[in-house]
Amino acid sequence: MSFLSAGGGAPFPVLPARIRKVVSSLTLFYSCLAAFVTGGLLCVVAQLLIDLTRLTPARILVLYVCTGVFLGAVGLYEPLYRFAGCGVSVPLIGFGGTIARGVREAIHTQGLFGALTGGLTAAAAGTTAALVFGYLAAVFFRSGPKRLGKKR
Amino acid sequence: MSEPILLPHPVRIAARASAVGGDEYRGPLGPLFDFHDESDRFGADTWEKAEGELGRTVCNLLLARAGLSHRDVDLLFAGDLQNQCMASVCGLSGFGIPYFGLYGACSTFVEGILLASLALTATGNIRRVAVITTSHNCAAERQFRLPLEYGGQRPPTAQWTATAGGALLLDRGEGGVGVTALLAGRMVDSGLTDASNMGAAMAPAAADTLLRYFDATREDPAGYDAIVTGDLGSEGSGILSELLAARGLSLGARHIDCGMLLYDRTRQDAHAGASGCGCSAAVTAAHILPMMERGEMRRVLLMATGALMSPSGIQQGCPIVGIAPLARLEVSGI
Amino acid sequence: MDNRKAYRIYVERRAASSPVLKNCAAAFWVGGSICLAGQLLFALYRWLGMSPDMAGGAVTVTLIFSSALLTGLGVFDRIARYAGAGTLVPVTGFANAVVSPAVDTRSEGMLLGVGGKIFTIAGPVLLFGTLCGTVYGVVYYLAGLLL
Repeated sequence: MSFLSAGGGAPFPVLPARIRKVVSSLTLFYSCLAAFVTGGLLCVVAQLLIDLTRLTPARILVLYVCTGVFLGAVGLYEPLYRFAGCGVSVPLIGFGGTIARGVREAIHTQGLFGALTGGLTAAAAGTTAALVFGYLAAVFFRSGPKRLGKKR
Repeated sequence: MSEPILLPHPVRIAARASAVGGDEYRGPLGPLFDFHDESDRFGADTWEKAEGELGRTVCNLLLARAGLSHRDVDLLFAGDLQNQCMASVCGLSGFGIPYFGLYGACSTFVEGILLASLALTATGNIRRVAVITTSHNCAAERQFRLPLEYGGQRPPTAQWTATAGGALLLDRGEGGVGVTALLAGRMVDSGLTDASNMGAAMAPAAADTLLRYFDATREDPAGYDAIVTGDLGSEGSGILSELLAARGLSLGARHIDCGMLLYDRTRQDAHAGASGCGCSAAVTAAHILPMMERGEMRRVLLMATGALMSPSGIQQGCPIVGIAPLARLEVSGI
Repeated sequence: MDNRKAYRIYVERRAASSPVLKNCAAAFWVGGSICLAGQLLFALYRWLGMSPDMAGGAVTVTLIFSSALLTGLGVFDRIARYAGAGTLVPVTGFANAVVSPAVDTRSEGMLLGVGGKIFTIAGPVLLFGTLCGTVYGVVYYLAGLLL
């Protein structure tokens, strides 16, 4: 039932089946709540930066990725991930955290060379997916006219 | 030219035409435009070409309305917002009319009226001049802002480039609505660099032109039925009235802004209003001039406002320079 | 110069401000929901037998695919207009930043249009993410030598 915990631990493997079921659905609920609240709060921080400081979205994304690398470097990303799961890994902080972890692991196996290979290797799935789907989208779709929103 | 040029003989606005896209058609002036295309594509496969087709459409409408062939038009002053005025080139090259490409950002329409009037006044053998300007929301987004499908929010001061085009045919005939005075705009650098608040960048130029006009002519704004600005939007219009009030000039309710007329401000979320050199052109051709022809307005000051800037200029911290050329329109006779 | 500065302050002061509270509420619930969806997907992929690492990668790829599809269909920008940072900060925003210039520049050709412009918005993210990672790697390596 380890798939139910946010970061992938193994909760309560020795409990009887029925209780385990209750506990695991509670664990799922808890992990989802943690992801929702943490992810939501990270978005609110970015929204405040956009609205109050007029930082452009591109700068926010760079800020978040670099923050992720920094958190990974000082060892805060992993505990955050164990707590909030996708609440930190889905926001771009997770992209940075993945890069940091990839670099660290590559240095363990390859030495200094790992500083060059580790980051993009760890981020390969996301980057390649975005590139491939981006190209496919360009093949199958064309941009439609921008429409005025409805006044709310 | 810091003083207005009073034309010895009015330059007549002999014909007018306009065309818009879907959002503009759904606005309060929608039924007044001569042509609209719900898809905004005007039959073309790219947005830049669509704007060219929009220009070709208004030119064809203009010639049909005037009952003329392209050979009867001696000069064409045209412009748009694309690099190298490509929309005007793509759309209008086929007509074979001698061409001047203009760039005055959103002020191009009145810039064209000024130059056309000067050409008709200064020479004897130029009989008819066409002025055509267009803007296309999608082409402008791509050139000045972000890809169309990019998801982002805009601040409330931002303006929405209109998909619109307008055309006028000017000649030396008698009667009807005529251009009687001109005042070229000065480039006014007020030091702003925020491309999402262009109303504020253009308002000082608009104030400069109006103050120069009323200083020189010693006229009173009350002598006009309307003072029409191009696309100051809600933000720029507010600033203009505050700047003028500080100099003791009040326009009151006779100030109309084309950018605030084009969209329904209660239903359509166009932020501070419409912009683009097609906005003032289409609203003038479809709304302002017909009102004058019907006698509902007799004396009008038409002043388009432009924000002179480029994306790389903005990135390099160059200020957005405002400009506001002005033309006086009057119904002749009586 | 003073006049220009005074005018800038005047303009900034009178500019209508963004509806911050409304924007934050939208960003919170949309952004939170995307992360929640990621968490549910993660549980699903784990249940299907993937390792935690692979499941995490699969969640990222699934979200990027959904974002690319919605971008192509012309829906993403409408959601983002409401959600703001709620769609920007999750990996959906990164995907949109790659896919939207790709779809947009096909009119300039698949090779130089799409190929040349695909990173116009997401480029900084990749560059500075990689740069930070490399700097961290060098520091980490040197620290390992010294300690």
